Amino acid sequence: MRNEMLPILTGVLLDEENTVTLSELCRACAVHAEWIMELVDEGVLEPLSPGPGQWQFPAVSLQRALTIRHLQQDLGVNLAGAALVMELMDEIHSLRTRLRIVEHEC
Amino acid sequence: MEFKDYYKIMGVKRDATQDEIKRAYRKLARKYHPDVSKEADAEARFKEVGEAYEVLKDPEKRAAYDQLGANWKAGQEFHPPPDWNTGFEFSGGGFTGGDASAFSDFFETLFGREFTGGGGRGPAYHARGEDHHARILIDLEDAYHGANRTITLQVPELDAHGRLHTRQRTLKVHIPKGVKQGQRIRLAGQGAPGMGKGPAGDLYLEVAFKPHPFYRIEGRDLYIELPLAPWEAALGAKVKVPTPGGVVDLKIPPNSKAGRKLRLKGRGIPNKPAGDLYVVLQIVLPPADSEQAKALYHQMERELAFNPRAELGV
Repeated sequence: MRNEMLPILTGVLLDEENTVTLSELCRACAVHAEWIMELVDEGVLEPLSPGPGQWQFPAVSLQRALTIRHLQQDLGVNLAGAALVMELMDEIHSLRTRLRIVEHEC
Repeated sequence: MEFKDYYKIMGVKRDATQDEIKRAYRKLARKYHPDVSKEADAEARFKEVGEAYEVLKDPEKRAAYDQLGANWKAGQEFHPPPDWNTGFEFSGGGFTGGDASAFSDFFETLFGREFTGGGGRGPAYHARGEDHHARILIDLEDAYHGANRTITLQVPELDAHGRLHTRQRTLKVHIPKGVKQGQRIRLAGQGAPGMGKGPAGDLYLEVAFKPHPFYRIEGRDLYIELPLAPWEAALGAKVKVPTPGGVVDLKIPPNSKAGRKLRLKGRGIPNKPAGDLYVVLQIVLPPADSEQAKALYHQMERELAFNPRAELGV
């Protein structure tokens, strides 16, 4: 019965259509804006609009920034290394996806 | 409470040097890092290794832990001896930014909360609460139709005496239609409470799918394997296929081979644009388990000029 009384929370889905601001990214990753700006300089994140004042990022940036944050904190990887890990992980992910499809075709 | 053998967890000897411990940790952390590893229990192992390293890398904690003696076995029922840490002066705190709230009861009992950072702040301090992150498992049908789901999260928090415990928190959350694996739902104000008059943080829910008995999910596309009788594949047929939106009729073209993919546009997870449903054809042979079935196979053998190994040149 208790569950029935809970209010239904409706959130914002961070999909391809949504964006996150610089400050939202900073809060969600618990980092300073400088750190996000380093990711932009490194080419890991690409803001949709020009200046840091009104930076908007595609919502998928949150996942990337969080992963890089974890890699840095937990494994001591530097930013360039983390960027490389991200690229390799993207590649592994797409290869795994193709592998699963191919395996099921056999 | 179970005894934890931190040396065993790290795979090092009890007399390992600090350098050896560091190397072992780096190696295990890379292996089990939840963002990188594909091991099923990566997250649990990563936390366990982090906890072991937290103790062994710090000469004070390591010495105190060693004092418990070498005769304990992992998993053995453990109660710390009274005043076990007298004579040790811990300087406390600040060794890692590791997520100490995830450490075991064993760690908490031995080293308490004072080692896990989080210094006090002035009473007039106002700050926005931290953002929290959690992962939820949903059914494919929830993403297809949208749904309201009750989820239970374990929230680590400090009680009035500064002791850590986990509280169960139940939330009812709307799962938006069209969500796909890995996407996050942001619930404003549902994170950690703010300090002073600061607002609460946000809660981010990362969406993952439970395995489905017959659909595989790739982004918003779905894959289903459809078994066909040999004559359906050979002659063409109209067969029924389940889709998350209901059963549809699918036309199988004549001379379809196993592995052929037929695309049902827009029948995947809805969105702009919706994903597709791929039907992967499989051909299932009727068993030759009766005289009549055997006779039919023999008839094909006699009357069809068919060499399945023609491409192999034999």
